[in-house]
Amino acid sequence: MTEPLTPLRPVITPDSVAADGRRPVVIVDDLHVKYRVYSSGKAIKRNTRGVLKAPSRGIRVVHALKGVSFVAYENESIGVIGSNGSGKSTLMRAVTGLTPPESGAVYAASRPNLLGVGAALIPDLSGDRNIMLGGLALGLTRKEVEELHDPIVNFAELSEFIDLPMRTYSSGMQARLKFAIATIKHHEILIVDEALSVGDRRFRQRSENRIREIRDNAGTVFLVSHSMTSIRDTCSRTIWLNKGDLIMDGPTDEVVTAYEESRR
Amino acid sequence: MSLAALAEDHGLHRVGARPPFFAYLKQAWQRRDFITAMAGYRLRADLEGNRLGILWLLLQPVLNAVIYGIIFGVLQSSATRGEDYAARVVIGVFLWQFFAKSLTQGAKSITGNQSLVQSLAFPRLTLPVAEVIEQFLSLLPSMGLLVVLLPFMGHPPTWSWLGMIPLLFLFTLFNTGVALIAARLTVHVQDLSQLLPYLSRILFYTSGVLFDVSKIFKAHPAVMQLYDFYPLYQVLQMARSSLMGGFSYDPMYWLYFSIWSVVTFVVGLLFFWAAEERYGRD
Repeated sequence: MTEPLTPLRPVITPDSVAADGRRPVVIVDDLHVKYRVYSSGKAIKRNTRGVLKAPSRGIRVVHALKGVSFVAYENESIGVIGSNGSGKSTLMRAVTGLTPPESGAVYAASRPNLLGVGAALIPDLSGDRNIMLGGLALGLTRKEVEELHDPIVNFAELSEFIDLPMRTYSSGMQARLKFAIATIKHHEILIVDEALSVGDRRFRQRSENRIREIRDNAGTVFLVSHSMTSIRDTCSRTIWLNKGDLIMDGPTDEVVTAYEESRR
Repeated sequence: MSLAALAEDHGLHRVGARPPFFAYLKQAWQRRDFITAMAGYRLRADLEGNRLGILWLLLQPVLNAVIYGIIFGVLQSSATRGEDYAARVVIGVFLWQFFAKSLTQGAKSITGNQSLVQSLAFPRLTLPVAEVIEQFLSLLPSMGLLVVLLPFMGHPPTWSWLGMIPLLFLFTLFNTGVALIAARLTVHVQDLSQLLPYLSRILFYTSGVLFDVSKIFKAHPAVMQLYDFYPLYQVLQMARSSLMGGFSYDPMYWLYFSIWSVVTFVVGLLFFWAAEERYGRD
């Protein structure tokens, strides 16, 4: 990287949103997120005088998002790119409401869902039971999950092994099952965080298709990925984050090209 | 017009805002299938790895009762042991486990499920409640065992055994309240999970699981009056009086304990709900 990147701070006003004509689904308004972490103290300046002043424990504030603003509209699929630690996952977690903002706010038409049902599953249980558990965790009823059981198994291509404990699956098989469960529900706003990098090429294409389907069914999809191919294939618009700042927000082609340019 | 008002205009709401109390309870109620599935599946997953599997639900409390019963049976003089020592201990230990596990597992229900809390949005209330339900499910086999054991200890079934049904209901309410309070406190102060085993042990020895409290404190009526405000002691005494004939107790305990459990439950719900937005924050 040669020149420092200048943060983009678009001011979102009611007029600018209304003028667009399309229906806004997510409004992110000057979002700041800070993490408070107990640090080992190595990175902070030591000013230890006296014995009682513990030398190593201190609360360190990490300013993970420094005023990000954008508006997402209906039927958009938005790529989110940036190097490691740029705040992509933090932004997505804040959009789902799982990480509370320090200041600013996120408004959404319905609760955005993170494509992450994996944490609800229990490795010692069979695929069958995990489908039930995952579906219920997503808020479906028992009956709905029963009806969706076969489509999930077929999509994950696990019909032979679905009665075996999930811990016996390969990591690719587990990822397929998790993706299949998570996308079976109709999501109005879906956030996919690096889920497409797993699985083989064939499964990746199928999951990208699934994401396009969701978008076409009046959904809005956010895709966080390091794979510029996935971003180019699935997203019409892209947001570029760097160290908690929004750097660029625009058509995928322009943003991805500029991003790749900056990393040379 | 502000941005918030514009968002409102388009039907957009602030994400992650805590819903009003009754809306929150309704959302949690809608997830009841999730709660029971999680409780049942977890219980199964914990046990299925063992050769004896589900049998451990019986073996665990029995082994506990036998070990505590023998050790404290030898240590105590007959003056403090109380009559019908074996039956007292079995009932005491079985019910005690329900409380102790609800407390310790409930306390871990948010902090121990951090990744789940950070990846899916649902009322967090479901997590501690599922823990209590899981402990309730594992209590049932040992209650079944009591029905078989007690006649051999000289306590044939009577109608008063049915008193266990409302008692277990109240006890579950009480434990849920305790689990909810512990779950939130542990989120604020992680260290609590280190302290809880000690707290649990103090309660174990003071609530009369193994001792006949009224005999120990015979000379100190003031202490016995304090026990009238000790819900755990009351539960154990009420259970013993329902299951063992000729066991004296004050029927006012029913009133006291009903108040205790309802108040603990409601306070637990409110206390847990108030911090809903806080859970999952790193």
